[in-house]
Amino acid sequence: MAAEAKIKCSVGLTGNSAVAYAMKQINPDVVAAYPITPSTTIVEEFSGYVADGKVDTEFVTVESEHSAMSACIGASAAGARVMTATSSQGLALMWEMLYIASGMRLPIVMTCVNRALSAPLNIHCDHSDSMGARDSGWIQLYSETVQEAYDNVIQAVRIAEQENILLPVMVCLDGFITSHSIENLCLLDDDVIKKFIGEYKPSQPSLLDVDHPTTYGAVALPDSYMEARRQQAEAMTLSKDVIINAAKDFEKISGRSYGLMEKYRMDDADAAIVILNSAAGTTKVAVDEMRNKGLKVGLLKPRVFRPFPYIEMAEALKNVKVIGVLDRADSYTSFGGPLFTEIRSSLYELDKRPKIINRIFGLGGRDYGVKDSLAVFEELLKIKDMGKIDKVYDYISVRE
Amino acid sequence: MKKGWKETPIRGIILEAGSAHEYSTGGWRKLKPVFDRTKCIDCMFCWVFCPDSAVIVEKGKMIGFDLEHCKGCGICAMECPDKVKAITMVEEEKEKK
Repeated sequence: MAAEAKIKCSVGLTGNSAVAYAMKQINPDVVAAYPITPSTTIVEEFSGYVADGKVDTEFVTVESEHSAMSACIGASAAGARVMTATSSQGLALMWEMLYIASGMRLPIVMTCVNRALSAPLNIHCDHSDSMGARDSGWIQLYSETVQEAYDNVIQAVRIAEQENILLPVMVCLDGFITSHSIENLCLLDDDVIKKFIGEYKPSQPSLLDVDHPTTYGAVALPDSYMEARRQQAEAMTLSKDVIINAAKDFEKISGRSYGLMEKYRMDDADAAIVILNSAAGTTKVAVDEMRNKGLKVGLLKPRVFRPFPYIEMAEALKNVKVIGVLDRADSYTSFGGPLFTEIRSSLYELDKRPKIINRIFGLGGRDYGVKDSLAVFEELLKIKDMGKIDKVYDYISVRE
Repeated sequence: MKKGWKETPIRGIILEAGSAHEYSTGGWRKLKPVFDRTKCIDCMFCWVFCPDSAVIVEKGKMIGFDLEHCKGCGICAMECPDKVKAITMVEEEKEKK
């Protein structure tokens, strides 16, 4: 394959370095950012590329994340290709601007390096930050490894800028676990990426188009607001196919296959864990251990959380007897985490619904090891044998 | 009939200038300006101060109000010189009766 010759493999990079490198290769028009742990080194390394003249990017240093997203919004409305990165409190501070970015249909690509939210103050990984933003109208892609983070950032640009989508995309990876771990990965050639993402040419007049004066961000009262929201919902629905197609084309240039989710040894699985990001890697080890003992278990790792692929999710889980959804964030519904409620809802249409439990794990960087994963599998198999669930929603790896 | 969501330009953008004219704000009004042409000296104060461009002027003469857009704020009546006072604000409902 000709494409393979263009791939540089066995490059050792941290998650953040890989994201910064992808941004360098994408060469966006504008990056406005306010660094925050653990996403800091993305912005730090990218600003190095700017200082060294490796990119043509206008790098805007701002005084807060609220301003970072505001500057991204202004630049994107002016027709620029825009990227940024943040974590945790930074994402929280961007909150109102997240909705403005998606409402104005601005294809901004942001990396969210997942970190817990205060209080108590904590800098380590969980998904409270991006899960809180799940209803902000951003497409959300989750990444297990450094390679996936790199690949997702590149695909995100293509997805966001599609004419019928024009939605911002958030690429999530686990703080420290992925962002600061060095992994071997394969990098694509600059030219290959350039061709894959193409040039960003917004079809509507931008703010800087003086020949076609256009108002952005105008008030929409009760007689017109709902039409804009309906369009946004449509774009999110359509984005599923765009994400799939982008993955297909990406496979042609990289040899790496992506979809809405990854199924690991799911074919005849009686019990399955559904889990996001780096913890999926740990779970795969547990799946292999259980399989070696002849126990039929598998893993389902959603890659796309927004839009939520509920039909495909039900299809993937319909033959499983017991499902354990592991959430690295709680919704404080007293009923289950955000991934759990979506998965459980996806199964509703099935004639024969699997049993399902939710376990909250790994908050604030609490370790999730193979033994934790094995314990969940054992519980799932016990539920299968006993035919009843003791607790639908609970925490694991917490001191009693 | 207003455009449906499929026809409405996306991003909430407005592609043409001056579209605020299409939005009638006259219904917000509680007090309505009533104008006495015999007192008016055409100083244009009302025209300058009206925040809704609802004072109609033709050939240098103040001729009345655009009641489709006048919100009844009363700035025109306030700014009309003390010695002139050609504009009075009256209750919309009472005026109708």
